[in-house]
Amino acid sequence: MPVPDKRVTIDDIVATVQDGMTVGIGGWGSRRKPMALVRALLRSPVRNLTIVSYGGPDVGLLCRAGKVRKVVYSFVSLDSIALEPHFRNARQSGAVESVELDEGMFLLGLQAAAWRVPFLPTRVGLGSDVLRLNPALATVKSPYADGEELVAMPALELDVALIHMHRGDRGGTGQCLGVDPYFDDLFCMAAHKRFMSVEKLVDTDTFLEEGPPQTIRINRLMTDGVVETPHGAHFTECVPDFPRDEEFQKEYAATAKSDDAWDAFRAKYLDVSEAEYQTAVSR
Amino acid sequence: MTARNGPPTRAEVCAVALAECFRGNGEILANPIGTLPTIGGRLAKATFEPALVMTDGEALLVENILPVGVEAPEKVVAGYNPYRTMFDVVWSGRRHIIMGASQIDAHGNQNFAFIGDPMKPTAQLLGMRGAPGNTINDRTSYWIPNHSTRVMVPEVSVVSGVGYDRADALGPYPSRYHEIVRVVTNLCVCDFDTPDHAMQLRSLHPGVTVDDVVAATGFPLAVPSDVPQTRLPTDDELHWIRAVIDPLGLGEQEVPNP
Repeated sequence: MPVPDKRVTIDDIVATVQDGMTVGIGGWGSRRKPMALVRALLRSPVRNLTIVSYGGPDVGLLCRAGKVRKVVYSFVSLDSIALEPHFRNARQSGAVESVELDEGMFLLGLQAAAWRVPFLPTRVGLGSDVLRLNPALATVKSPYADGEELVAMPALELDVALIHMHRGDRGGTGQCLGVDPYFDDLFCMAAHKRFMSVEKLVDTDTFLEEGPPQTIRINRLMTDGVVETPHGAHFTECVPDFPRDEEFQKEYAATAKSDDAWDAFRAKYLDVSEAEYQTAVSR
Repeated sequence: MTARNGPPTRAEVCAVALAECFRGNGEILANPIGTLPTIGGRLAKATFEPALVMTDGEALLVENILPVGVEAPEKVVAGYNPYRTMFDVVWSGRRHIIMGASQIDAHGNQNFAFIGDPMKPTAQLLGMRGAPGNTINDRTSYWIPNHSTRVMVPEVSVVSGVGYDRADALGPYPSRYHEIVRVVTNLCVCDFDTPDHAMQLRSLHPGVTVDDVVAATGFPLAVPSDVPQTRLPTDDELHWIRAVIDPLGLGEQEVPNP
C-alpha cells in the first residue's frame, strides 16, 4: 500500500516544541488526552508555552511544572474532580496568565484558523465579561440589512497540535473509537505542526475491523507525525480501551496540597521515562 | 434500591420545581446540569413534558427515563449529540439549560469563572465554560443548592452568564433570544417577571419563610405581598423519583431534609 511512513518518536515531537510556542492539546477535560506527549513536555526544558486546551490534567501538570506562560481556556476540569487543583494554584498565585473564552468561541477560533480566515462572527460573548476580560476582542457589524453587531472571534492559530487517538496507521491516519470525537481534528487543522499519539498502531486495512468509516476522524492531511504510546492517555479516560484511573487521578490531585507531595509524585512518576511511568502505574 | 415512603422531602420539592422550569417547552433539548436538575428534567419528561429531548449526560440522546448515579439498565438511543453538535443545538435556539452558579446577582448575572483579580484571582473556579453562549442564545434557568449571601450577591465578580440588565443594555434585537426562566434554590423559586427584570420571590418551599429567604439573599429581592408555597410532588411524581429516577436518594445528599 502506498502509505507514507510518518512514524516519529516522542523525542522528535518534543524537539519541535520551542520556548514561547502556542500548543493546542486535544481531548476534553480528563478524557483522551495525549498524556504521554504531555509527560514528555514535562521532562523537556521547554518554557513559556501558551496552552490552548479544553483543559484537564494536561493544563494542570504543565502549569505545575512551570512550562506555561498563558492558558487559553474555557474550563479546566478533571471531570470527577470538578476543579483542576494545580491550575487553580497556578492562577491564584498569579503564575500564569489566562485568556477567558466561552467554549463555543474556542471552537470558532480553531475553525477560523483551520479555514484560514481572520475571524468568525458569533453572538456568543455579547453581554458577558468575555469582552471586558479580553480587550483585544472586537465586534463586527453585519454588512447586510439587519446591521447586527456580533463578536469577531479571532483565529486561534497553533504552532503545534498534540492529539491522542485509539488507533492510527504509520501514515498518520487516526481512528476514534470513543463516542465523542471532541475537537481533535480542528486542533490539527488549526496548527502548523500536527502530532498524534495512538494507543495502537495498526495496518491501514484493519481500521474497518475496529469501527465504521465515520470513526476515522483524522485523515493524514491533518497530521505530520504519529507515535504509538500504549496506555498513553493514562490517567485520563480512553474508552473503550480503558476508563479513567480515578485512584491515580485522586493521588495526582492531592499533590496540589503541598510541595513535598508534588516532589514525591514528580520523582516517582514524571522524572522517569514513559516506559518507567507505565511500569509504575501498572498496579 | 430501598423503597421510600413518607412525605415529600425538600430535595423532592426542589426536583419538582426544577421540572417545572421545562413546563410548556415542548420539543427542545432539556439540558439540566447536576444531580437535582437532572432528576427534575427527567421527571418533567416522564410526566407532563414528554416531548422533551434529553441526553444520557454524554453524547447520546435517549428516549427512556434513565436513573441517576447508577448504570442505566438500557438506553433507548435516538440521537448522536457529541459536544460539537451541542453547539448547533444551542446556537439554533433549541435548548433550555439549567446551570449552577458560584455567584448570581439580582438581575441574573451568573459567575462560575473566578473571583477576584483576573491576573491573580482569590478563587479560580471553572472558567466561562459555555455560559456566555448559553445565555445569549437560549432559555436558561439556574439551580442554587446552597442559597446564601455568598452565592446570592449584590455584584458578581465576573459575568459568565448574561443577566437581564446586561441583555437589556444590548438592546431588544441583539438580546432577543435571552431569557432567564427560573432560579430554583434549596429554599425557594425565583423569577424575573418584574418591570425591570429584577429577581423576585415566586414561591417558598414548605417550612421556609420570607424572612429566611431575605436573610440568605445578599441583594434586595422583590417580594410580592402574597407568596405561595412551592407545589408539592404528586404521588405519581414521587413514584417516578423514588422508584425510577433517583433510587439511591442522591437528591437528599445534595439537599438534606431540614
